[in-house]
Order: sequence, then C-alpha cells, then structure tokens
Amino acid sequence: MASAPIVANFASLKGKLKSVRGRKNEMPAIKVPVAPRRGAARSNDSFFGWRRENGRVGVRNLVVTLPLDDLSNAACEAVANNVKGVQALPHAYGRLQFGADLDLHFRTIIGIGSNPNVAAVVVIGIEDAWTKIVVEGIAKTGKPVVGFGIEGHGDIAVIAKASYVAKEFVQWSSELQREKCPISDLWVSTKCGESDTTTGLSSCPTVGNMYDKLIPKGIYGVFGETSEITGAEHLCKARAATPEIGERWFKMWKAYQDEVIEAHKTSDLSDSQPTKGNIAGGLTTIEEKALGNLEKIGRDCKYIDILEPAETPAKGPGLYFMDSSSAAAECVTLMAAGGYVVHTFPTGQGNVIGNPIVPVIKITGNPKTMRTMPEHIDCDVSGILRRDLTIPDAGDVLIDMIVRTANGRLTAAEALGHREFSMTKLYRSA
Amino acid sequence: MSQPHLLVHELKDSVGVVVVENLKAGTDMLAVVTHDNSSFRITAKADIPIGHKVALKDIAKGDTIWKYGQDIGIAKAAIGKGEHLHVHNVKTKRW
Repeated sequence: MASAPIVANFASLKGKLKSVRGRKNEMPAIKVPVAPRRGAARSNDSFFGWRRENGRVGVRNLVVTLPLDDLSNAACEAVANNVKGVQALPHAYGRLQFGADLDLHFRTIIGIGSNPNVAAVVVIGIEDAWTKIVVEGIAKTGKPVVGFGIEGHGDIAVIAKASYVAKEFVQWSSELQREKCPISDLWVSTKCGESDTTTGLSSCPTVGNMYDKLIPKGIYGVFGETSEITGAEHLCKARAATPEIGERWFKMWKAYQDEVIEAHKTSDLSDSQPTKGNIAGGLTTIEEKALGNLEKIGRDCKYIDILEPAETPAKGPGLYFMDSSSAAAECVTLMAAGGYVVHTFPTGQGNVIGNPIVPVIKITGNPKTMRTMPEHIDCDVSGILRRDLTIPDAGDVLIDMIVRTANGRLTAAEALGHREFSMTKLYRSA
Repeated sequence: MSQPHLLVHELKDSVGVVVVENLKAGTDMLAVVTHDNSSFRITAKADIPIGHKVALKDIAKGDTIWKYGQDIGIAKAAIGKGEHLHVHNVKTKRW
C-alpha cells in the first residue's frame, strides 16, 4: 500500500501532494522559495547571458542538430540520442519547395540556427547542396556549424560522424560563461494564444506595459498575427512610427485578407477566428479578439518596421511587426528565427506552448486557468480582474520574470518538455 | 473596493465581462469601468460563465456592439439589459 510522500526542506509541499490524489482538474497552489538572484544586484536593468561571436546575446546555450528536411529528422534525433545535451529540431518540410515558400524555409532554418540561444549547430540534409546553403547562412554569425549530406553515405555513417562533432560542440559550449549584459541586449517577442476576454483585460495589457517600459531602454520587441488584427487594423495602422510605415503595414494586412483569406475560404471564417477555445472563453467576434490582442503593444510604443516571416530586424532597437500566422507554434517559431531570445505569451484559456530554443513565458489573468492548470503558467496576473493588481504592477512582475528567465530560470514549458517547432508553409510543394 | 463581478473597458461600451466564476442569475453585480475606475450595479439575468459578456443596456437587433470603445460586431437578435451576449445573438461584421 502506498504511503504519503515524504517531504523534507520544502515546507510548502507538505500535505499538498497527498491532496492531489482523487481530484480532477484541481491542482494545489504550490509556492516554492524564490532562488537568490545571480549576481548581487536585484536590478532589472541587466541580465546574465552568453555573448556570441556576432555580439548578440543568448539566454540559453544550446547545441542543436538541425535537419534541412523531413528525411533527415531520424539522423538528427539519433545524434541527439548519442550525445547528451544535444537537442534535435525535427520538422515536417524541406523538399520540393520553391519560390517564396522555399525562401521562407531557408530563412526559418538559418534563422533558428543563427539565434543566439544556440551556441553551435550540426546541420543534416538529404543532399549536400541545400545543406551547404544552411551551413553557410548560419556560419555568417561566426558560431561553430558543420553540415552533413546523407546521400552516398547513409544514415549510419552520417550519424557516427555527426555524433563526434556534436560531442565536441557540447563540451566546448559547456565551458562558455554567462556575462553581465545590459537589458538592451535582450530581444523579447510576443504572441498570445487560447485567448479569451481576460487576455484583453489583463495578460495582454501586462505585456503592453512591459514593452512601454523596456522599449525605451533599447530592447528589440516584435508582435505579429496578421489575421488577428482584423477589427483593430485602424488602430494598428495608427501605431506605426510614421504614416509611411503605417501605409506599408495596411497594404500587407489587406493583401493577406485578399490573397489568402478571400482566395481560400470555403465558408464563413467564424469557425476558425475566433477559435472554439476563444468562444468557450467568451470571445464572440474577430473584432473583439483583435482589440484584446493589440493590447500587447501597450499605450506608447510605435512599430518602426514590418518584417517578413522569420526576417531579422535591421532598423535598430524598437518594436517591429512580423507578418505571421496567428497559430501559436508557427508564430513563436518565426519570431525565434528572427532572432528573438525570450517570448512572452499571454493566455486566457490555458495554452501549453513552448519552443525548443526560446523560453516561452506564459502569463494569465484568468483565475479559473490558474486554478485548473497552474503548472503551465509562469506569471499569474489574475489580481487584475480582482482589482488588487494594477497593470503597471503586473508589468513589473512580468519584467522580473523575463529577467529571471533570461538569467536561467526554466519556464513552465521548458520544465514540462514543450518544444513545439512548426515551420510556416505558404503553399503546396512542387 | 470590493471585488467586482463585471469589468467594462470604456464608458461607451455596451457590454461588460464577467470576471468571477459561478455567477448566478439574479446576482446584483458590481461593475467597474477600468478606464476611469467608476462603478455601477446591474442585475444578471442568466447564469453567465467567467469571461463571457453581459449586455449593459437593452440592445435592438441590428445594433452595433461596443467594447474597448470600438465596434466588435452586430446584434442578430434583441438582447435585454443583464442578459448573456455571445455567439448566439452577436456576429462579426467581417466574415
């Protein structure tokens, strides 16, 4: 017969674990002690990260095996199995793509390998030529990268060679040290998911407040979700840094409406936007969802440029808009490929998303979600709905969590193994 | 201030959002407008789940629904003050 768990030195767990049994969808609120900060200062003006060869700063120190294509997933996963500390990044595409869709594929794969959270990369592809394009693209960052083509060698020989390289990379990277960096070295992305009416009231304005405070300090920010601005496009257009940028934004948004939605819809889009989860959470229309979504850019920030999906910003510090899907894993992956190193993710009904190379900080203001699935949430701002937490105070709580996460705290998604890596595909392969 | 049952974004809005669980019909709700922290009371005419919306006044079929001070859709049926307002009686104007 099972006895109650024995708990030592973690007082808040005592009596809690037993109570989990027999309950459905109800977790105990477990408060763990907050670990002391790395370094003496409690300031949020700096963090400890890894400065890479190109000057960019990462908050994770990963060695990845990156498949060019779906056929190379097995070899990449075998290498990651052979060498501890290596992460494989399997995905579904990379063959017979062409045109803008192929450009996006390369931009995404090269961007992921180039992200400063990644210390070194082993690329594996079915053939040499496209593998070489990825290796040369990543090599521009100055980081160690080696590529292998499978054809003419077979999986087993490639896995053996790639494993030797990966082992060297892991041991090399394990001696790289974090250093103190100004907060302006941080690139923070945002996209919300499983939204409901509480996201527009609490978690999205919390992110907006964070951007209002950190963008003036020189960070790079990004928001996107092109289809999900529908209903708030007049407000979004007005938030461009100049009227010319606003016009370019509006053209991009309108092109999506005309070329994608109008061209491909088979019925009213009400079954997809808002989603069934959004509707269960109380959101009724896309306009309502969009207005809540746009709360993520705060009151003062203006976006300074419009990025293609997975494009790296090039206009200096500030807020950017990335033309992107509103599907959570696709959008976070595109922003990671753009070079963002921490993601802030407001959720209402409880999205569980993570990413293999970027820590995804999840924020909710929905007390029911905090009660039913707290293990997925990093930042609880449900006090906003009770009117005992202000938006500016919630923004400070989030900034604190961003700095702790940058310094090394694992997010809920990292601890639970959420590593959603989803390529965006523009149209059918040839 | 005691905990509100309902939050309203802007003074212009015709809807508020239920922010407590297990709200029952007949509840005398405290509503707070987040824009200026003003408050008022309104009676719930139905059991309304957390996150769902309540009409703040009588709304006629065809009326525009306002939230965040913005147009969020159109009433497909008459909706009485205090009633549940959602996909069964409101639709997008976009698609």
